[in-house]
Amino acid sequence: MSLERSDVEKIAHLARLAIDRDAVPQYARDLSNILGLVEQMNRVDTDDIKPLAHPLDAVQRLRADRVTETDERDRFQSIAPAVEAHLYLVPKVIE
Amino acid sequence: MHNKSIVELSQALRAGKFSSVELTRHLLARIRRLDGRLNSFVTVTDERALAQARAADQRLAKGSAGPLTGIPVAQKDIFCTAGIRTSCGSRMLDNFIAPYDATTVEKFNAAGAVLLGKTNMDEFAMGSSNETSFYGPVRNPWDLAAVPGGSSGGSAAAVAARFAPGATGTDTGGSIRQPAALCGITGIKPTYGRVSRYGMIAFASSLDQGGVMTRSAEDAAVMLGVMAGYDPRDSTSVDRPVPDYTKTLAEPLQGLKIGLPREYFGDGLDSGVAGVIDAALREYRKLGAEVVDISLPNSALAVPVYYVIAPAECSSNLSRFDGVRFGHRCDKPRDLEDLYKRSRGEGFGAEVKRRIMIGTYVLSAGYYDAYYLKAQKIRRLMSQDFSDAFRKVDVIMGPASPTVAFNIGEKTDDPVTMYLSDIYTIAVNLAGLPGMSIPAGFCASRPVGLQIIGNYFDEARLLNIAHRYQQVTDWHTRAPAEFGE
Repeated sequence: MSLERSDVEKIAHLARLAIDRDAVPQYARDLSNILGLVEQMNRVDTDDIKPLAHPLDAVQRLRADRVTETDERDRFQSIAPAVEAHLYLVPKVIE
Repeated sequence: MHNKSIVELSQALRAGKFSSVELTRHLLARIRRLDGRLNSFVTVTDERALAQARAADQRLAKGSAGPLTGIPVAQKDIFCTAGIRTSCGSRMLDNFIAPYDATTVEKFNAAGAVLLGKTNMDEFAMGSSNETSFYGPVRNPWDLAAVPGGSSGGSAAAVAARFAPGATGTDTGGSIRQPAALCGITGIKPTYGRVSRYGMIAFASSLDQGGVMTRSAEDAAVMLGVMAGYDPRDSTSVDRPVPDYTKTLAEPLQGLKIGLPREYFGDGLDSGVAGVIDAALREYRKLGAEVVDISLPNSALAVPVYYVIAPAECSSNLSRFDGVRFGHRCDKPRDLEDLYKRSRGEGFGAEVKRRIMIGTYVLSAGYYDAYYLKAQKIRRLMSQDFSDAFRKVDVIMGPASPTVAFNIGEKTDDPVTMYLSDIYTIAVNLAGLPGMSIPAGFCASRPVGLQIIGNYFDEARLLNIAHRYQQVTDWHTRAPAEFGE
């Protein structure tokens, strides 16, 4: 698998990552090499094998629907880059 | 004081030979004097450490002390510490003061341990050499030109250099065992689910597991006893009693069946490392163990499978870093997309970006089955390889790393070569098994680690097997020349 410049730009956009234009060819080479390594998987026949998502095949635990957490808004917002009136600020989305 | 084990320090504190404040001052002074050479700490918490030491001394005086009361430890900077910067080795979290304690930190605090500081690490635990840290590489105390391994390289170096008798680490693909091997210390990654992941910054959630790094297996048994246990705040935590790991340390190894996977002794293994492992196995035979050949036929696929699953989970976990709620935010964003892209582009280093992009790619439309599903299927085959092996043997042994510590800068230009440093450790994470590395000797003056892999929840057995070896050998007591005095 060999990735082109446009592939890297598309992946970076999907991942919401700004990548320096000059660095794109290097990323294309590195990511292609990693995918080359990954493609060794194709040597194995995996028809009829069930995928394993969790090493102990655990399932999601349920708990009673009770409020157990206290309101920590002020503490959490004290480390936010920008807040106003208890709201997180981002650039204007709707004109 | 700094050459004493946790068990010896604990006895000395109880006997009043010195106080926790004296011990803590001594270690803080060592860090201040010597860590310039290693860069093993990102943050040293002097004042808080001394306050905790004073409280520990009171507890010792009252007779209500536990085995870790007054013992200084270091936390990998991936564990959230309330009121203390928790950077995860990243520019993204350079300004992040954690609002709460990780369960692990809470447990060490409750046990009366003293927090010396937060140790350096590969950025978001993604690396095998500690060179991806925003705070610069850590150096190996045995040879300052060498890497300490990663990602828990700061913890490994700090313990080897006698800055702390014990430290925490995390292991997603070998990040406790490989640096433990490269720095000549003891490290244990418990069974997936044994130690709480609450407040441990997530990299790959189905693989991440916290553990301990110490000089001896006996000390690891003490620390793991405090760290392990069920946590309702971690949905993958396992509700199962924690045995007293110190009680079974001395059990004899007569009749122990050790399996040697032939795939771990193939072409990629350095011959000097192989010689050290052979010598360690001879010691185990003398202790009454039987060594048999086994096969883990899918071993060669561990690295390829891991570099699908781990990046996939990482791309999802790291989507939380968006420049909105905490962490780095770019200057003057034009719009929301620009805010996300530039905050993440500036906040993450190159290796983290590579892994996020690989993960994004393998999960994207049209590729999911070919990569992610395929990897999960082989993951099951690898897990079955281990179950088959454990029907024949009690434990599996082999090298923790194919080579001794490499030089700083040697592998940074080629991610794939770097990834292959974890060839013997990754499969254990994919299967969720417990694994250890213990010091077994030296090759070209750099330490070699023996890996011991156990069946699920066999931590007590692993520690017992490691301890018996450490009773008849002294590799674990060797100190690097510059840091032993």
